[in-house]
Amino acid sequence: MSNTVKVSKSPWVVHFNCNSCNGCDIEFLACLTPLYDVERFGILHVGNPKHADVLVVTGSVNHRNSRVLRNVYDQIPEPKVVVAMGVCTSTGGIFADGYNCLGGIDKVIPVDIFVPGCPPRPEAMLDGILAAAAMLETKRTTPGTIPARKPLLTLVPPTAAAGGVTATRKEA
Amino acid sequence: MTFAHSTLLIALLVLLAPVWGALLAGIDRVLTARIQSRIGPPLLQPIYDTLKLLRKEPIVVNRIQIVYAYLHLAFMILALILLLCGQDSLMFLFVFAFSTLSLVLGGMCVRSPYSRIGSQREIMLMVAYEPILILLMIGMYLVNHNFLLGSAATAPKPLLLTMPLTFLAFLVVMAIKLQKSPFDIATSHHAHQELVKGITIEYSGPYLAVIEIAHFVETALLFYLVMLFWASSPLIGFLLACASYFLMIVVDNAFARLTTLWTVRFMWTAALAMAATNVLWLYL
Repeated sequence: MSNTVKVSKSPWVVHFNCNSCNGCDIEFLACLTPLYDVERFGILHVGNPKHADVLVVTGSVNHRNSRVLRNVYDQIPEPKVVVAMGVCTSTGGIFADGYNCLGGIDKVIPVDIFVPGCPPRPEAMLDGILAAAAMLETKRTTPGTIPARKPLLTLVPPTAAAGGVTATRKEA
Repeated sequence: MTFAHSTLLIALLVLLAPVWGALLAGIDRVLTARIQSRIGPPLLQPIYDTLKLLRKEPIVVNRIQIVYAYLHLAFMILALILLLCGQDSLMFLFVFAFSTLSLVLGGMCVRSPYSRIGSQREIMLMVAYEPILILLMIGMYLVNHNFLLGSAATAPKPLLLTMPLTFLAFLVVMAIKLQKSPFDIATSHHAHQELVKGITIEYSGPYLAVIEIAHFVETALLFYLVMLFWASSPLIGFLLACASYFLMIVVDNAFARLTTLWTVRFMWTAALAMAATNVLWLYL
């Protein structure tokens, strides 16, 4: 009986602000509002990693919080998935050049889904969480994480000569 | 109805209690979502949640924690059996209280401060509501002249008509036991900014599922307890219980969470006065 109901039907999400500017966090909380209503997918926002299935991380990782991030990740019982929200979680984003910034969170914990954006729209976040929740079922039978592809489109700051922003495609 | 028939019926009601409790929880979540103008989860979401938790990796802080989780469930089922068999009401109260106490001990046996705070609050809640339950049983004794829960069915008038004030006080107890606002202070699905999850913070996976199932049984038990107030007709009793449960959901959405001390003060003044007045009226 228990195998007919998929574990992906009730992804409980714990949200960890790793070094974020709060932009992603505010957009993430918008998912809970009546307009987006994540609960219709069975998603519950819990405050405790021990109850969670999905770890949503916002912000880049630095020397101070890498240990905390690892600790939160380790406390989640298997099967678990990690969703990296926003561009900071994949490359360090606006903090990338900071003296203390280590870069993306994939340097500390295995990431299943990257959701690009600064910040991503609530729809993109919902897509990311649901894609991650679908992985829970396969992870239950075959543990382990296949490293996710990073967002391919990267914005490069304008050079002194040419005005305006140019988008270049970089292989991550 | 023969003995075999009634035994079968009680066994069926006990086995179905977790499912019924989960369905009530599902109705609660859908209704709450509709009140907040959301769509809400599927009706069977609490069942999906519990089945998922049962299949998660078991992580424990210490072994005694598991014993208390199972004791919580076992005593809750025993209390339900006592209620359905119409057994001694004081014994029922004792077993029901010990079930909650197991949960408190489970919360106390770990080092998490949130778990300890949740347990302490649960003890304060017990202090707040137990007198009302005892007054309810004393009132039933004054009506039926015995302490058997089963004699509510043979009472000359439905208990709701002889004990209306006690019923109102009991509704508040029901709100506390169902962890509804303004009384969801010991453990709450919604208070994770202030209490994380209170008592159940250190439970995860299958052991959290055991506590969830115990709560479903508790919900069903409270539902049957309301039906006791109109035990002569199961249909009216059922409708009364449905109306009470609906009231709980509306109150849950209309109130903010209040403090433990406020709850104790409220229960020991307003609710206790109501229940005591009713008992005094029956006694005279």
